[in-house]
Amino acid sequence: MNAESHLLVARELTKRFGGLVAIDALSLEVRRNEILGLIGPNGSGKTTFFNVITGIYASDSGETVFDGNDISNLPAQAVYRAGIARTFQRSRLSLPLSIFDNIMVGNHMHLDQGLWFNLGRRGAFKRQFEEQFERARELIKIFDPPLADRMFEAVGGFPMIDRRRIEICRALISQPKLLLLDEPSAGMTHEETTQLMNDILEVKERVTDLTVIIIEHEMGVIERITNDCVVLNFGRKICQGSYQEVAADMQVQEAYLGIK
Amino acid sequence: MKRTLPEFGVLLPGIAGLIVLTVYLALLLQVESQTEIAALLVIAVVAALAATRFGVMPRIGRSFREFEGPFSLAIACAVLVMVAYFHEDHFILLLIATVIIYIIVTLGLNIQFGFVGMLNFAGAAFFGVGCYTAAVLTKNTPLPHLLILVIGGLMAAFIGSLLILPVLRTRGHYSAVITIAFGLLFKIFLEVNDVLGGPQGLHVDGMNVLGWEFNKNIEIGDDLEISFYVNYIIVGLLVLGLSFTLVRRLERSWIGLNLDAIRLDETAAACFGLNLIRWKVTAFTVGNFLIGMAGALYAMMVGFIAPTNFTFGDSLIMVSIVLLGGIGNPWGLVVATIILVIVPEKLQAIQEYRFLLFATMVMLMLLFRPEGLLPRPLRTYFPAWKPR
Ligand SMILES: Nc1ncnc2c1ncn2[C@@H]1O[C@H](COP(=O)(O)OP(=O)(O)O)[C@@H](O)[C@H]1O
Ligand SMILES: [Mg+2]
Repeated sequence: MNAESHLLVARELTKRFGGLVAIDALSLEVRRNEILGLIGPNGSGKTTFFNVITGIYASDSGETVFDGNDISNLPAQAVYRAGIARTFQRSRLSLPLSIFDNIMVGNHMHLDQGLWFNLGRRGAFKRQFEEQFERARELIKIFDPPLADRMFEAVGGFPMIDRRRIEICRALISQPKLLLLDEPSAGMTHEETTQLMNDILEVKERVTDLTVIIIEHEMGVIERITNDCVVLNFGRKICQGSYQEVAADMQVQEAYLGIK
Repeated sequence: MKRTLPEFGVLLPGIAGLIVLTVYLALLLQVESQTEIAALLVIAVVAALAATRFGVMPRIGRSFREFEGPFSLAIACAVLVMVAYFHEDHFILLLIATVIIYIIVTLGLNIQFGFVGMLNFAGAAFFGVGCYTAAVLTKNTPLPHLLILVIGGLMAAFIGSLLILPVLRTRGHYSAVITIAFGLLFKIFLEVNDVLGGPQGLHVDGMNVLGWEFNKNIEIGDDLEISFYVNYIIVGLLVLGLSFTLVRRLERSWIGLNLDAIRLDETAAACFGLNLIRWKVTAFTVGNFLIGMAGALYAMMVGFIAPTNFTFGDSLIMVSIVLLGGIGNPWGLVVATIILVIVPEKLQAIQEYRFLLFATMVMLMLLFRPEGLLPRPLRTYFPAWKPR
């Protein structure tokens, strides 16, 4: 296999919580520009995989190569700078802050963080603020144009679907190479999920270099948007392939092993 | 641009509020009969409740937000008017100066607790570091006194960052624990340290800027004598103005955003590249700088400091002001400081019970209005700015 065609390569990743092996010698490759579906029953280690990749947890063994660089066990900040951004299964927006503020948190690496720039040079700061405001607005317009006019309202006052959109914008604003979506449709109706997936596909179309891993339970979604799927069970990869292959294989698994 | 009518409508509640508050405060400061003071306080509570009930508060808040610069100047002028009115009354002027200095302290605590979420229970100790720095430097060095204010701040900032660095890698409220320990140790250290005067404390020289002697009453003509505290009020107002501007700019920048993001969710903040240690150290250091600077000014004003000025109880009062005022809102701090400093001084009946009273107030506040007297509004980076 050609390493260049793979954006992310995980080799034999293992993460234990005490006696529990949450991911177990997991190896996985993600091709550039694809949408990879990560599926498996609750507790099979999908979220833990994201947490290990993004540096929230250190792995117990194994390595991760991203875009040709070893990022195993780098701190979360370095993983972000390398070009990986994510959403969380249980939304982790800052509810008391405005939409704009939340999106700007994700934009950290494009904002000038110097003490003097921020405190002393208000003119220069204002130019950067206006520039970044426009960027945030353009991005959120893809998801829901009305939100672009409510940028300075607290996120806590918006319904779940809007919060998901904002959270995805927060991840996208830094222009990551790899976007990790952890159950973006959780708690939403069927219609809302369809809408959100349309938006994600639209972003994918507009941005030239974006790879996505999506954790998702709804098989319809997986069928529709993914190029490739990986199925986890008890922290292990039990199969990989296109949706059709995996679905066929899963029926076999279900029939013989009783896994659901 | 022509002044339009709606703009005046926005200004009016603020102007009215400012005038009413100034007159009220002057009255409260002047009156000495305990029953009259009690009556004034009851009136204030009723008026505040009524104003909240009828939606006057948000309108006053809006005036202040949209015209913050002009209103800040107007408040400084209002203070000067009060000062002119009370020009010979040492006690009242000392009280006003103390309020100003305490506001600077709570602005510092607000950066730490209100913005980045670090509890500092050693406010009085960092204040004390500034005080003792001023005492030692005024006595032993010819350094200009304005510079000593800055050095007082730097000392507090330096000691604070030494203290906090080891616990920053851990999560949770370790800053609370370590500052409690530091506050207690600081007082013991002062008491056993003979060089710093031990339990008896130290004398501090009055401020002197380019020959302008702060501790002399100002004499104008033959029969007009103005209390020397006015000097300290003027410098205090200048330092307060700078501190307030600093806090405001901090809040309305990416740094303010970083601090909020860290307070609200460290894990999410780390996932978007925020360096938790850098921003916590920044907030803690800048906060202690303000506290130390205020301490140095206070020491020169009162001329005498002793370990008993810097107890854990004093630190608690400082934290209660932040909780009461409205966590993260500098205007809330101004209001809460005025209440918590002036009321116990005027109402002697509660002097002895003031800790009990403060504790009750804070508890009631946390129960019924956890966002404080004046809740913090959403961040506006440039108040008058509108998207195109
Ligand atoms: N921080 C943690 N501490 C202990 N156990 C954990 C922790 N995070 C996850 N686990 C465990 O690891 C297993 C995998 O969890 P997770 O990755 O969240 O599964 P999924 O996202 O596939 O539902 C579960 O058994 C879960 O209880
Ligand atoms: Mg999960």
